[in-house]
Amino acid sequence: MSAVIDGFAVVLEPTNLLYCLIGVVIGMLIGVLPGLGPAATIAILLPVTFGLEPVTAIIMLAGIFYGAQYGGTITSVLLRLPGEASSVVTVFDGHALARQGRAGAALGIAAIGSFIGGTLSIVALTLVAPIVAGFALDFGPPEYTVLALLGIMLVATISSGGRWRALTAAAAGLFLATVGRDDFTSAERFTLGNLSLADGLDFVPIAMGLFGLGEILYNLEQRHRAVHAPAKVTDVWPSRGDLRQSSGAITRGSIIGFVLGILPGGGAVLSSMAAYALEKRRARHPERFGKGAIEGVAAPETANNAAATSSFIPLLSLGIPANATMAVIFGALLIQGVTPGPQLVTEHPELFWGVVNSMYIGNVLLLIMSIPLLGVFVRILRVRATVLAPITVLITLIGAYTVNNSVFDIGLVIAFGVLGYLMKKAGFDPGPMVLAFVLGSLLETSLRRSLLLFDNNPTGFLTRPISGVLFALFLAVILLPLAQTLLRRRRPLATGDAAAQSRTTEPAHPGDAGGQDRLAGSGGSGEGRGQGRRAEGHTGSGTASEAAGRTGSGTESGGSEDGRRPARSTASGSVDEAHPAAGPPATDIKEKE
Amino acid sequence: MTTEPLEEDRPPPAGPAGNLIAATVVVLLGALAITGASTLGEGPGTWPMIVGIALVLLGLGLAARSRHDDPPERFTRGSLLVVAAVAVMAGYVTVITTIGFEIPTVLLAFVWLRFLGRETWRTSIAVSLGTTVAFYALFVGALNVTIPHLF
Repeated sequence: MSAVIDGFAVVLEPTNLLYCLIGVVIGMLIGVLPGLGPAATIAILLPVTFGLEPVTAIIMLAGIFYGAQYGGTITSVLLRLPGEASSVVTVFDGHALARQGRAGAALGIAAIGSFIGGTLSIVALTLVAPIVAGFALDFGPPEYTVLALLGIMLVATISSGGRWRALTAAAAGLFLATVGRDDFTSAERFTLGNLSLADGLDFVPIAMGLFGLGEILYNLEQRHRAVHAPAKVTDVWPSRGDLRQSSGAITRGSIIGFVLGILPGGGAVLSSMAAYALEKRRARHPERFGKGAIEGVAAPETANNAAATSSFIPLLSLGIPANATMAVIFGALLIQGVTPGPQLVTEHPELFWGVVNSMYIGNVLLLIMSIPLLGVFVRILRVRATVLAPITVLITLIGAYTVNNSVFDIGLVIAFGVLGYLMKKAGFDPGPMVLAFVLGSLLETSLRRSLLLFDNNPTGFLTRPISGVLFALFLAVILLPLAQTLLRRRRPLATGDAAAQSRTTEPAHPGDAGGQDRLAGSGGSGEGRGQGRRAEGHTGSGTASEAAGRTGSGTESGGSEDGRRPARSTASGSVDEAHPAAGPPATDIKEKE
Repeated sequence: MTTEPLEEDRPPPAGPAGNLIAATVVVLLGALAITGASTLGEGPGTWPMIVGIALVLLGLGLAARSRHDDPPERFTRGSLLVVAAVAVMAGYVTVITTIGFEIPTVLLAFVWLRFLGRETWRTSIAVSLGTTVAFYALFVGALNVTIPHLF
């Protein structure tokens, strides 16, 4: 218990408080700005953290992550633009409420729900993580081998772009991790005689390239549309009736978010969708959803924050990142010389409890800031992507250099940026690749140690109880979807219903199996905007338009344009007009509508 | 500035051939891993061999599914922007060690703003100069980073 209290002492150090504040502000900003997600932002800021103490660095990075969950809500509600993949479902009811002039209530309830979900999740994290870590202390190389495999497999299973592509990306990541000197024999592998590669590929340029630069290059091709500052938000505090109506949704959202956040591949996106689906199914009048049901905002916003917090459990207690953002934070810890794992609680209690407890403070800061600073964040939306892009690129390139004072690293960032761009074009999510790269050397080392332990007999994995159980889970993750596919093929007529019932992630119409699959796909895409972009770009947008379709309120096309047409007309008169922000880098891409 | 990433904003899909190309790349990568692994021999080569085989199998799987999977996006004239952007960055890397980061930074920012982003001349010049000054103050002045600089 004293360690927990010491953790608070760590957080309350002025430096740590300051970086916690910086982290959550950056998180909110990038949450508001569609374009860069938390994984990309954290990757880009990795070099900045080098000069910091490990605790301070991770406090800031964690703040970016959960801060982004708050920020993503604002644009979903006000502009019908999900700033984050995890706020896609908030658009449905959040924007409907805004159109009824109740944007304030929606944002208020989202902030309160986020705060409650986040805080409950931290309490649970405080209790659960040390237990998991204690249990995992007995893990040997075989358990870690299977655990790492299971983690990669789970992330791939619910990743966007389909399981095959995600697994392929993961395998490529594992391959990249083999570059460099072999830990056991010091044999040089795939270095092509290049001295810079002898120590292996560095995590930082890979993460910066695949997530950060890849994202920016991908966005260059996109048509940019003007956004006008939305109407003034009044009456931010939700009414007592709203609170009463949302209390159940907030409680359930916290639980769903916490549980799904722990699962590898789960995380904020999936849990926000699951929480929304649950509320809709439980509702006495489900037809209210999509037309401005306050629970439809409260549930997903609570869940995504709870999940963002609980996804730290596997990282801090097992050393296994549960999603792309956690993979980047894992990398940040390694760079700081801290290897996340079960011994973290005992060996670095100040770090463990400092980071965990900083989340309480961070959530309070977010609650305090999110409502009064709303106007500021909305104004930030006026900064155009065309202006932000070069600045971000330069921060990335110079930042990459400062890590090792190496021009080679800048080259790597550019190379991986191009790779990330191409992967996105081809529908491959870079998230599993980064995750697998991070886990690659752990996986290989544990596998080879295990095989030494078992005298090269792979059945040894099955005979140890924990690794055996984990292995069974691993097989289940592979076989269940296969079985599902086979069953679906055999009963093509029943598919829709079966899919609708078997999935939790279904805010879409029951019976629309295709829709379900896509939602699930975008859900798994995790936090990384690396993936989130894809999720929004393809799957997520499917979601949004479907939602609008359901929101319906008469004319879907009207609904969809409401969000945008005024964007153009009102924009005349705003700053945007002077430089038509719609002025796209890619005008030649076919005109929409 | 803000984008609502609807599919309409993105380039149109290419045919299933695009998926086949991606699958081929994966198979080739796997083949590369296997070749490298076999020269390394057992021990250091075992794991790359496993990964290589997995890549080849996954690539073949992707090829088999190429008709069903969502096709990749087509390369359009908009993709030229990406080529240009990468070229500018490559230029940046090659000159930064000899002439310092200040001039390349101004130029990169300017090209991205004016030609890739179609900002006005005034905005482009102001933002690129402002960014460079800010970076100089931050990296050289405040953080004292060892980045090569001219001034």
